[in-house]
Amino acid sequence: MDPVLIGRWQFGITTVYHFWMVPLTLGLGLLVAILQTMYTRTGDEKWLRATKFWGKLFLVNFIMGVATGIVQEFQFGMAWSEYSKFVGDVFGAPLAMEALIAFFLESTFLGLWIFGWGRLSKRAHLTVLWCAVIGAWISAYFIIVANSWMQHPVGVEMVDGRPVMTDIWAVLTNNTAIAAYTHTLAGALACGAAFMLGIAWYHLYRRRKDGIDTVDEKGRVVVGEDLAVPGRDKKDHAVWIKSLRIGGWAAVIAFAAVAITGDIQAKLMYEQQPMKMASAEAACTDGTSFSVLTIGIPDSNHCDDTKTLIEVPGLLSFLVHTNFTDEVPGVQTLLPEYEEKFGGVIPDDPMYRDYAGQKVDYQPLMIVTYWGFRFMIGFGSLGALFAAYALFATRKGTVPSSKFLAHLSLWGIAAPFIANSAGWVFTEMGRQPFVVAPNMGEDGVDGVMLYTAAAISPSVSAGAMLFSLVALTLLYGGLMVVEFILIIKYARGGVAAAMPELETSGRKPSAEHEDDDVLSFAY
Amino acid sequence: MEALSTLWFILIAVLWTGYLILDGFDLGAAMMMKTFAKSEKEQRVLLNSFGPVWDGNQVWLLTAGGATFAAFPLWYASLFSALYVPLTLALLALILRAVSIEYRGKVNSQRWRNTWTWFLSLGSAVAAFCVGAMLALTTTGMPINDNGDNVGGAFAWVNVYAIVGGLAILGFAYLQGLLFTALKTHGEMRVRARAHAKKLLPLLVLFAAVWVLIVQFKFGNIAGAVIIGAAVIAAVLTWVSIGENTELRAFLFNGIFLAAGVASLFVNIYPRVLPSTLDDAHSLTVTSASSSDYTLGVMLIVTVIFLPIVLGYTVYSYRVFARRIHEKHLPPAHSVPVAIASHHA
Repeated sequence: MDPVLIGRWQFGITTVYHFWMVPLTLGLGLLVAILQTMYTRTGDEKWLRATKFWGKLFLVNFIMGVATGIVQEFQFGMAWSEYSKFVGDVFGAPLAMEALIAFFLESTFLGLWIFGWGRLSKRAHLTVLWCAVIGAWISAYFIIVANSWMQHPVGVEMVDGRPVMTDIWAVLTNNTAIAAYTHTLAGALACGAAFMLGIAWYHLYRRRKDGIDTVDEKGRVVVGEDLAVPGRDKKDHAVWIKSLRIGGWAAVIAFAAVAITGDIQAKLMYEQQPMKMASAEAACTDGTSFSVLTIGIPDSNHCDDTKTLIEVPGLLSFLVHTNFTDEVPGVQTLLPEYEEKFGGVIPDDPMYRDYAGQKVDYQPLMIVTYWGFRFMIGFGSLGALFAAYALFATRKGTVPSSKFLAHLSLWGIAAPFIANSAGWVFTEMGRQPFVVAPNMGEDGVDGVMLYTAAAISPSVSAGAMLFSLVALTLLYGGLMVVEFILIIKYARGGVAAAMPELETSGRKPSAEHEDDDVLSFAY
Repeated sequence: MEALSTLWFILIAVLWTGYLILDGFDLGAAMMMKTFAKSEKEQRVLLNSFGPVWDGNQVWLLTAGGATFAAFPLWYASLFSALYVPLTLALLALILRAVSIEYRGKVNSQRWRNTWTWFLSLGSAVAAFCVGAMLALTTTGMPINDNGDNVGGAFAWVNVYAIVGGLAILGFAYLQGLLFTALKTHGEMRVRARAHAKKLLPLLVLFAAVWVLIVQFKFGNIAGAVIIGAAVIAAVLTWVSIGENTELRAFLFNGIFLAAGVASLFVNIYPRVLPSTLDDAHSLTVTSASSSDYTLGVMLIVTVIFLPIVLGYTVYSYRVFARRIHEKHLPPAHSVPVAIASHHA
């Protein structure tokens, strides 16, 4: 078996998995910080309850991102040692900065937040949460800087066949990184917002179904309470409707930002990696039309095997050139260009070992890039539509009594996650056959590139790599089940799941007047 | 410039020392949940003693790894790929351990808690052992060729040095855990932790001593020997401090013991960062494995600015959680209620 293939599967699985947890950490973290800010400002208990509830779900998810993140940093050296040697001078720096500048901040202050209820002043406790959230957002920046360098190498010069960093500022302000970072953060906020929207909807729906809340003849909510169920009082309604509205607005804003930043990114991609753009369109020949549906033989990458059924004339040119007439080059135009520039085979250089002389196919897997691009846009749009509808449907203070819509709101949580994963799979697989993609455009440094096949660790056997792939996948699968069980359990439990004091007595929950002897939070 | 890469070699040693001293105690205390705690309540006391700070401690590992990548990419690439199997085990252990800390108390069932306690204790032990083995092998060497690739196969790492190093860090972490528990708890647990530390100390530092002596005899220089002398004094002072019931001092001396031990290793192998057991000409050194001066300089500036800030808020966080804890401080385990219940359906 080919270690490169196993290594790629491992990197893909561990990274896509890691990036199910991370967007929720980034997005929900910001929303929880906003909720706690509202509580600190107003002192209104509904904000405290919302903070505690969403904070609990945030933490259940957060830890999985932390745990799977360690793998990310280690596996470059473990499985991709030739890659690590090649790029180390420039790629290691943002990773080290991420740990030193961002991870310490995030981890230390999140510890302070989790255990700080009642121990820190209200203001200090809010500040530590913001520090943790900012830490998380900074960490995303550094990792995207590292990734973007692989898409668009800048700030280096080639010395003895390896890129050597000459300008850290160019690396940190790489235009690809700025576009990808804003795009990724917007996508992450969409995840957090859809999560909040979906679960809040479901609680409002259950309150209606259980007969707690009703609507008057004008459709306005009449809030009730059921004191037999922990936490189901009148304040409870406020927690959910506020969460839903905040989630809805955040989602609408996030999806709009995703579209704008995605457009900027697509234009850069067209300049820097035209083959990726052509593959995303399954565009074999030059043209101006955006393909809505192209079908082909799934395992064939050959242009004769695809057929475009539905297309929008001019739209592709509009996305790339902001006009309707300039043609965008297709795969058949680009292939000869790539072959002329980089040769038809992997160069005969000792660093390429056994792979030297191997034939190179410069066309990424079209079925993956084409559908990855469409899943990203499609699920993003579905999420955006639902969020906009949710804001309209809940304007009178509660949700419709429809069970279908309640289920749709829960399933809708998946939309931005699917869009995120599809986008990453598209952009990373669209980079193939390179792990460090050469610059085709005007800016960036010429001649910096590395073939993926040459990046793998020469000393690691296929067997060892298969062992880790299987072990990690099994562990990740098991933990996914556990995380789902816990999230569902705590989400169903409602606010009382995160605030035991709501259950035990009529005692007013308060962050300030905790019993001195008992910790307000403990594992 | 050799001075810059040497400085980075020292900084990497500092980062590893920070990792081992800090994560050492939470790895140890987590192991103790299975070996030391007598009841569910005692397990929770241990868990909550390090609960607020363990994640920050673990970042030292990520920083040590990331800094090695940035400053010595060839060292990072060769070492991590040569130790593919033990590092995979370490990763599995670290993942399970992290998740266990957060999830153990999330369901109020003894079976649930027992399961996660096992993962937590065992995961911590495996992680400590594998990290120790990895550090031992970077000091005693791997069969690497002129390209920095391990040519000894997937199990080339299984040798007496790896086992000694693994047990050394396992023992050190356990001792740190005992001393931390003595420092952070009240009453019977505190007394018992102290007694265990006093009784077990010679055994727990034994493998660390063997390791530093092996490296001293393999590559040794005078400076290394002097530093080992300092480590011995620190170990004795740790022991004396336990006897005098000055727990903070014992904890700090044990940290100095570790720092001196690591320092002796790094001083002795210098200028190598990863010796080759096939041919010393293939050994990676601070100059052959390092990044460009530009990168080292940039990273140095970043470190000089941010490491003090990190240390500052780390101290703040330890001060916030400085109080000793006791069973009576722990809120009762909480069963998640079902707000969405079937009794209305």
